[in-house]
Order: sequence, then structure tokens, then C-alpha cells
Amino acid sequence: MLEHLPVLIIIVPLIAGALCALARREDVCWWLTFAVTVFCFCSGVILLNLVQDAGTLSYAMGAWAPPIGIEYRVDLLAAYLLILVSVMAGIVHVYGRRTVVAEIDADLRGWYYGMYLLCLCGLMGIVVTGDAFNAFVFMEVSSLSMYVLIALGRDKRALAAAFQYLIMGTIGATMYVIGVGLLYTMTGTLNLVDLGDRLGPVLSAPTTIAGMAFIVVGLSIKLALFPLHLWLPNAYTNAPSAVTAFLAATATKVSIYLLARFLYSVFGFDFAFLATPISEVILIMSIAAMFAGSFIAMFQNNLKRMLAYSSVAQIGYITLGFALASIDGLTGSLVHIFNHGMMKGALFMLVGGIALQVGSVRISDLAGIGRQMPVTMIGFVIAGASMLGVPGTVGFVSKWYLALGAFEHDAWWIVALLVISSLLVLIYMGRVVEVAFFRPRPEGAPTVTDPPVIMQLMTWLLVAGCIYFGINTEFTLGTARDAAQVLIGSAS
Amino acid sequence: MEDAGSLDGIFSVIGHVNHWITIFLIMAGLYIIVARSNMIKKLVGLSIFQTSVYLLYISPGKILEGTAPILSPEWDTYSNPLPHVLILTAIVVGVATLALGLALVVRINEAYGSIEEDEIYKDEQE
Amino acid sequence: MKHHLILRVVSKLLIPFLLIFAFYVQMHGDFGPGGGFQAGAIAAAAIVLHALIFGGKATQKAVPPIVVETGVPVGVLIFAGVGVVNLFMGGNFLEYGVLHEGHPVEGQHLGIILVEAGVFITVFCTLLTIFYTFSGRGR
Repeated sequence: MLEHLPVLIIIVPLIAGALCALARREDVCWWLTFAVTVFCFCSGVILLNLVQDAGTLSYAMGAWAPPIGIEYRVDLLAAYLLILVSVMAGIVHVYGRRTVVAEIDADLRGWYYGMYLLCLCGLMGIVVTGDAFNAFVFMEVSSLSMYVLIALGRDKRALAAAFQYLIMGTIGATMYVIGVGLLYTMTGTLNLVDLGDRLGPVLSAPTTIAGMAFIVVGLSIKLALFPLHLWLPNAYTNAPSAVTAFLAATATKVSIYLLARFLYSVFGFDFAFLATPISEVILIMSIAAMFAGSFIAMFQNNLKRMLAYSSVAQIGYITLGFALASIDGLTGSLVHIFNHGMMKGALFMLVGGIALQVGSVRISDLAGIGRQMPVTMIGFVIAGASMLGVPGTVGFVSKWYLALGAFEHDAWWIVALLVISSLLVLIYMGRVVEVAFFRPRPEGAPTVTDPPVIMQLMTWLLVAGCIYFGINTEFTLGTARDAAQVLIGSAS
Repeated sequence: MEDAGSLDGIFSVIGHVNHWITIFLIMAGLYIIVARSNMIKKLVGLSIFQTSVYLLYISPGKILEGTAPILSPEWDTYSNPLPHVLILTAIVVGVATLALGLALVVRINEAYGSIEEDEIYKDEQE
Repeated sequence: MKHHLILRVVSKLLIPFLLIFAFYVQMHGDFGPGGGFQAGAIAAAAIVLHALIFGGKATQKAVPPIVVETGVPVGVLIFAGVGVVNLFMGGNFLEYGVLHEGHPVEGQHLGIILVEAGVFITVFCTLLTIFYTFSGRGR
């Protein structure tokens, strides 16, 4: 069965999602989802070990040989992302039971778990597949289930947010398909590896460049690169807490993976970064994202919206690493994919706990809760320090490598911008800490306690991960570095 | 064959009429999404935008003097069946997206009483 | 709709033919344009025609919503189930050739028929569920 793992990791969530749609009882669906996330996590770990021993795994669907058949290809980067997605799915799932009960109506909870499983299936499918059009299919599977998950939010603004995300997300996916169609016209194949080989002689044709432009723009909408990020704040703010935590950690990261796959493996390092102005364009947009995201976050009163704009800024860091076009820069990006998933997942889970206990996520309502919910707010301080880039936390590791990548190009100004934007993070995170710890609780406000133990346990798993993976970087940094070398080495 | 140079240029423009229509549909669809605030009109624009993709894929699939891609001993040139399969998938995705979008519009209408985006976002600023 | 005699008589004549045509398109997918999605859409259109002419209540007695809502995941499970059965019989996922020992072409024929049947069930039930949900609101 081991050689079928690349397919089983997709099919098991799909079948379980269909079973949840049949069963629709909350406890049955919860246990089914739990079993599936455990299975996916174990499969991810096994796949990573297999890939580290034996090299890239290739699985032919229906035993039709690639490049004519659809191929599932698991290499180091794919296994790394599989682990991130399945870990976040499992942790958010166990954490989310109380918040789901609090925020979603009883007859919709079975559907929630079904959609959660379908979203997991779609996200992992994008990572595992080696076919460009199959990636579109899984992209839409995950996106459609995400729209439904967001629309299950508590108030009516969730519906408008889901609709806006639907329009923008579908535009992005359709642009991606247009790009793939143009590439298919030039080469006649859809297999990502074969596209990379066959595009060699026709790289400078106008059709290929147009295809690349469409693919980059379409994926930029999906990964919320500034200025195409408009759907993200509304979607993250109004979705249920568990959904926000899961989406913030995984959804944009998978689109970033697909962008990296296209830029490095299909178009090749030399063409994409040296012959076209893509790297300058992405560099400018990343820096704009870093500053615009942090600036707008400083003025938000809603905690979830502030963290959503902070996500926009952090995505700017990741794409900055791509634009830096060097091994260190790419390593910084790939390691930040994992680290940001952990940090933002932890932060949104903490906010979910606050929402559950206090009943509101407005910063002005959080005065003085630091003394009454110490575990939660200390976790917030640690995760905030990690976002800042304090040495010893994961944030420092990614910023260090991004700075190294900038040094390779003698771009001192980029390093300066990195430092300045980190100071902005200090301002908006510090504001929350100041309100929570240094202001007295207003008279007559009800006493709040820390959220239930199981929620705290899951949240602190991630918070502890922020510190542990900042000190013992062998897994994240080692895998990212090897993956970066494979990506840059394979393409040139 | 003697061909006047200017006729070549005209034929190369008219011969690509499929692609001109594709571009027109892309632009029309995107314009409707951006310029209309009625949510159902936005969904119509989205559908038009997705339809342009179908034309973009199928046009290169037709091989000149090729028949339908069904194996038969009398023919030896077939049109490419792969774009048709891809477009079937894309049509299904489009149908699902449209259905989901319309369901959201129905719920938004019940919650807000209107389906004009300007009116909905007026109460949104908090 | 009670007084539209022509509509009622003509649709009573047409709906069985629509359903037979859907079945024909479903089975003919091997040799011509057709297959699960198209057949499901035609069959759903036939039932929607029935609902438009004879009213939602009569249609819901003929094709109950419970059956239709259960059909949606059942078709998905049939499709994925065929793939998993292939795994157990020793081939790759969705390698239909192993379904019939020694005759890969027969196996693929069987596999495609089963898979398209699953697609038909899901598409038919999904389109009908969407129709029932939309038409049942706003009462």
C-alpha cells in the first residue's frame, strides 16, 4: 500500500467528506474527520521519509504513463507542504470543536466537517499533482469548499465576504486556466515536468510570455499578493474562528507553492528571473505588501482584521524571497511558509479562544483581560514576538535568510526595509499587549477565564512550535534548503 | 501561389477570429464584473469570462481536415480530444461556481434585503 | 398552470422521451459525445420541466428530496469506490484494466460504465437539489 500513498492521501479525505455528507450527525463527522487528519499527517511523514531516501516519487493515475497520463509527483517541497497542511488541519480540528458548537447552527455542523474534509482534499491535491490542469481542478475544489466554510460564519457579513472571495477567486482561477491553455497551445502537454522540457525552445514566443503573465496574475489573486489582496481581510474577519485559523495557515501557502513550481520548474530560473522583469515586479509588489499590510493593520480595531492585514504583509515577505532569486532568498521563503503557517495559526487560534470567552474581538473590548486569561495572552505575546523576529523564535530564522538573500545582491535597502517593517509589527502587536495587560478591566465587565483545556493545549502546541522550531531548525530549515537547491538546480 | 503582401496581413487577422472573440469575451466579462454593482450581473459577467476560456481551448484543438475523435478505419486524421475533455471539466467547475454564487446571492438578499453591492457595503464599515 | 392544456399534454408526452434520451446519452458516451455529466443534466432538465408544468409538490412526490439529497454523495462514493477496488485488486488507482482478469479492455469498459453511472447519479441529484432548494425558498 505504501506506493499508493500519494493517491490515498487525497482519496481518503474525499471519501470521508462524502460520508460526512451522508451522515450529517455532528459526533460521527467529528470522529471521522479526526481519524482522517491523523491518517493524512502520518502519510505526510511517511512520504517525507520516502522522498528523503529515494528521491522524487511519481505515481501514474490509472497506470497511464506520464506525460500523457496524469501523474502525482511528490518531491521534497511537496512533502514539506503536505506535512504543514495536514498538521494544521489536525490541530485546528481538535481545537475547533467548541468554537464550531458556539458559532455554527446545529444542523449545519455535519456539512461543516464535510466541507472541511473537501477543502483538505483539494489543498493536498494541489500540492501532490504533477499536471497543470489537475492543479486547477483541485484549486477549485478547495476554493469552492472555502467559500462555503467562510459563509458559515456567524453574522451576515460572512455571506458578503464569501461572495467577494468567490468573484475574485474565480477570476484568479480562470486566469490561471487561460495561462495554462496558452502554454498548452505552445507545447501540447499539460504535465509540469514535460512542460518544463518542451518550453525550452519556445520560451521567448509572445504566447509563452502571455501565458506566464496570466498564470502569475491568476495565482497572485489566489495568494493575495498586494494589490490583489482585497478578498482576504473580509474573508478572514467574518469566517468562523476555526476556519480562519485553518485558512490563514494553509490556503495562500498552497498557491504560493504552485507559483514557485511554475516559476522555477516550468519556466526555469534563467528565463523567469533573468530574461523577464518578473522578479522586479514581484519585488515591488512584495515591498508594497509588507508596508501597506502593516500600516493598515495598525489602524484596525478588530483583532481578526488586524491579523488579516498582517497576513498580507507576511505573504509579501514570502514572495520577496522568490523575487530575490537566490538560494538563500528561496530558502527564506520556503521556511517562512511553514513558520508563518504556525505563527498565524497560533494567533488566530488564540483569537478564537478570546472570541469564545469574551464574546467580542474588538481591541477596545479587551482591556485588562491579560490578568484574567493569562495563558492566552502570554501565548499572544510569544507568537507576537515570533512575528517580530526575536532571535530564538521562528520569525527570526525566516527573516535572517531573507536578509542573507538580499545581501547576496548587495541590496542593503531591502534589509533596511525588512527591519522597518518589523518595527511596524511591533507597533500593532504591542498595542494589543498593552491594552490587554496594562489597562484595568472596566467596571462591570464580566470576568473571563481561559478557554477550555483542549483548546489551550492545541494552541500551545503551535506556540511552543514557534519557539522549538526557532531553536531546532533541522526539519524546517534543512528541508527548505534542500528543496530550494532542488528547485534552483533542476531548472538551470 | 502569388499572393499580394497586403492580403496576407488581412488573412492573418481574419483567420484568428476565434481568438478575437475570446479576447472580446474576456474583456466584456471582466468589465461587467468591475462596473456593475448588482450581484447577479457580476455573476453573469463571471460566466461570460469563463466561457471565453472554453473557446480558447477548443480552437487549437480542431485539426484541419481532421474528423471527430472516434476511432474508425476510414479516417487517419482526428481532431484532438484532450481540449474537449478539459473544457467539460471547466464547464462543470463553472456550473458549480455559478450555483454557489447564486445560493450566496439568495442568502444575501434574505439577510440584507438588497443585492446591490453599494448598499451592502454601506452598512459594512465598522 | 392548471389551464395550460397544451403544455401539460405535450410535456407528459415529452418527459419520458427526455429521460430515455438521457439514458441513451449516458450509455453512448463510449462511442460518441455523451457521458455522465451530459446525461445527468438532461435528466435533471426533464424533472425540472415536470416541476414547472405540474408544480413543485407533484414533482417532490415523484422524486422525493430525501432520495435526491442522499444521491449526491452516493455517486461520489461509487466513483471513488471503483478506484479503491482497483487498488485492492492490485492495480493503480482508477486502473480499470484489472477489473476483469486477463482482459484489460473488458475491464476498462466495465470501469468506465461504473464510473459514469456514479457521475450521472451525482450530477442529476446535485442539479435537482439546487432546483428544489431555490424553488422552495421565498414561500
